[in-house]
Amino acid sequence: MGVKIYLYPFWLRIWHWVNAILIILLIITGISMQYSNPEYPLIRFDIAVTIHNLSGILLTASYMFFLIFNLGGPNRKYYRLQIKGLGNRLMKQFRYYISGIFKGEKAPFPISEKRKFNPLQKLTYVLTMYIGIPLILITGWALLFPEVIIHNFLGASGLYLTALFHVMIGFFLSIFLFIHIYFATIGKTAASNFRAMINGWHEAHD
Amino acid sequence: MKRSIFSLLFLLILIPGRTQDEQETPDHVKENKTCLQCHGNQYYYYYNDWVERDIKERMNPYYIIDSSDYYHSVHHAFYCIDCHSTEYEEFPHAGYLRMEYQYTCLDCHGGDETYAQYNFEQIQVEFERSVHSTRHNEAFTCWMCHDPHSYQVSARSERPITETVAYDNEICLSCHANVNKFKLLTDRDNPNVIESHDWLPNQPLHFRKVRCIECHAKLSDTLLVAHEIQPKSQAVKKCVECHSSNSLLLASLYKYQAQEKRSKAGFFNAAIMNEAYVIGANRNYYLNVISAIIFGLVIFGIAIHAILRIIKK
Ligand code: HEC
Ligand code: HEC
Ligand code: HEC
Ligand code: HEC
Ligand code: HEC
Ligand code: HEC
Ligand code: HEC
Ligand code: HEM
Repeated sequence: MGVKIYLYPFWLRIWHWVNAILIILLIITGISMQYSNPEYPLIRFDIAVTIHNLSGILLTASYMFFLIFNLGGPNRKYYRLQIKGLGNRLMKQFRYYISGIFKGEKAPFPISEKRKFNPLQKLTYVLTMYIGIPLILITGWALLFPEVIIHNFLGASGLYLTALFHVMIGFFLSIFLFIHIYFATIGKTAASNFRAMINGWHEAHD
Repeated sequence: MKRSIFSLLFLLILIPGRTQDEQETPDHVKENKTCLQCHGNQYYYYYNDWVERDIKERMNPYYIIDSSDYYHSVHHAFYCIDCHSTEYEEFPHAGYLRMEYQYTCLDCHGGDETYAQYNFEQIQVEFERSVHSTRHNEAFTCWMCHDPHSYQVSARSERPITETVAYDNEICLSCHANVNKFKLLTDRDNPNVIESHDWLPNQPLHFRKVRCIECHAKLSDTLLVAHEIQPKSQAVKKCVECHSSNSLLLASLYKYQAQEKRSKAGFFNAAIMNEAYVIGANRNYYLNVISAIIFGLVIFGIAIHAILRIIKK
């Protein structure tokens, strides 16, 4: 029996799964609209629009929830990026992932109560949660109320740029999701991190 | 010295503007004044022979013609009595004049090579098949939509699309949002078009960005502006007709632009891209390719990593 650490408080797990469901709905309906095709409709267009708008609104609420709890509680410290030496730490973790892990080496930044995320994880979570999600929410709301968008930005349609930006962030978040889910399988066993995100207890490598 | 250079420059700037104005002055301003002194204002005066004094009266609002609209219309070069009886020069107008013959568009434009690009004959054919014509035949004429005193060409011009949309929709709304004119033709209730279209998300935006005829007129190969308005049961209701890469908007609203500037930048639907963002129709070819490549690489990377992890275990 390995060591177990309580890393994922209840609010975080609730938020995380609500968030995951909403994001997946948004990605599927988003793709369905962007590549809408009369012959092979993934989801009927007006239904996709409705689901996408509703999920976007709910995601805003769920993100507010995350912000309040994450900034107002102890979980905040895990998201603090130490710029000094960041490059080195990232390289170290990266090298571990592309070679060390196959040689059975020990993880360079083992997870503990003080360090929930390895440097790569921390960076992607910070980028996703503090930059990606806010930007996609803001551009999404702008598209819901297009009259607030400046009409002309350096000669290009403001609406078009906003939409393009929205779609691009959506694309990067989808990429994040794939990598995120894959890396979640790198735990003690392939399923243990998923179990951790359900019951809160992280199972450390022995 | 400096000052005179400035005033010279100033003059130079003014000169082109002025000559343009002169060119735009239409032919019959003076003659038309005889009609517009009454029909261009809310009040008119006439000398009453019987009581021997000048009388001021209100002009019937439906008979008022905005002279600025008139001189910007396609028929700006006309004298009023080119279309109306010369007897109108007298006032009071003779009673029988109200029964004067009204020219049809084809009377003047039919078979005329100069206007071949508009294809009036085909428009006439399509119009005769439209609900407006079949349900009201004689009473519904081309003039109902093409106001004889203000009609302009908009779709076939370099104007921004939104202006054309506003202009064209205003034509339809002059009846469909105005009981007065609608009831000229029918005793039926005028359905509220805002309510009949509440299934469109952000309906006001759609009405500003697409024309009524996009959904209500049958697409036409030969005409720039399709004229066959179909019964409501045949109207476009499927969102993907517009919101997809082969959007019908390219064959209707953006037809002129699409013909004029064919996808120069190598973009899909370049015409739409400049003026609007139609979800599903604006696709950027290069971004599509790049995103497919990035996505492929990520999946590939994950697969390799996973396989290695399993082998090395
Ligand atoms: C002195 C003012 C006055 C002048 C000038 C005048 N009109 Fe009129 N016009 C009227 C008024 C008032 C009416 C409303 C009906 C009536 O009283 O006959 C009218 C009605 C009309 C009508 C509608 C007739 C109908 O019953 O359908 C036409 C068409 C018309 N005018 C054309 C002209 C033209 C063309 C000219 C110039 C050649 C002209 N009018 C000059 C005052 C004027
Ligand atoms: C290109 C032909 C044409 C010219 C030019 C023209 N009209 Fe008309 N006018 C018409 C027609 C057609 C109608 C009947 C419109 C209808 O039935 O909807 C009409 C109707 C009218 C009416 C009755 C109001 C109405 O809408 O029924 C008045 C008044 C009038 N014209 C005045 C003028 C005056 C004044 C001028 C010159 C400034 C002028 N028209 C120039 C074709 C013309
Ligand atoms: C009395 C004859 C007459 C009638 C009736 C008439 N037109 Fe015209 N129309 C002309 C003439 C002449 C011109 C050219 C005017 C000019 O070049 O200044 C013209 C110009 C036009 C133009 C612009 C052509 C261009 O390339 O600049 C359009 C469009 C047009 N008319 C449409 C119509 C429509 C639609 C109707 C019927 C609702 C109609 N006309 C009725 C004589 C007429
Ligand atoms: C239900 C309204 C309606 C009726 C009826 C109608 N039109 Fe039009 N027509 C339009 C609209 C809207 C446009 C687009 C105007 C624009 O943006 O230039 C148009 C455009 C045109 C044009 C210019 C097309 C081009 O290629 O630029 C011509 C010519 C024309 N109509 C002729 C006619 C003739 C002839 C009739 C009668 C047989 C007629 N119209 C009846 C609504 C109508
Ligand atoms: C001169 C007034 C007038 C104008 C302008 C006009 N309409 Fe109509 N329209 C009518 C009337 C009246 C009816 C009702 C026909 C009937 O009796 O059922 C009608 C019917 C219709 C219908 C059929 C509804 C049904 O019950 O199936 C459609 C669609 C329509 N109009 C669209 C348009 C469009 C699009 C335009 C602009 C290009 C336009 N109309 C311009 C008067 C007008
Ligand atoms: C996106 C496509 C679309 C556009 C744009 C659109 N319509 Fe419609 N319209 C429809 C459809 C579909 C129906 C039939 C609705 C139904 O039966 O529930 C309809 C119904 C109507 C009716 C019949 C209403 C009734 O209750 O009987 C009229 C009149 C009409 N439209 C006029 C207009 C006018 C005027 C405009 C422009 C201002 C316009 N439409 C723009 C798709 C459209
Ligand atoms: C006749 C073509 C047409 C049809 C049919 C159509 N749309 Fe649109 N739609 C447009 C255009 C054009 C825009 C505006 C693009 C812009 O703002 O530049 C738009 C915008 C939108 C937007 C963005 C609105 C916003 O708030 O930013 C949504 C969502 C949308 N449509 C959904 C739908 C749905 C759902 C349907 C079917 C029920 C539909 N559309 C049918 C042409 C159409
Ligand atoms: C079905 C989809 C998802 C699955 C299966 C999943 C799984 C997991 C797992 C197992 C963990 C804990 C292990 C770890 O920290 O890596 C985790 C944490 C996390 N996930 Fe996800 N995830 C999903 C979707 C998402 C999405 C869409 C986002 C954000 C856009 C997200 C953001 C996060 C964050 C920020 C954490 C760290 C939370 C913390 O401890 O503070 N996840 N996820």
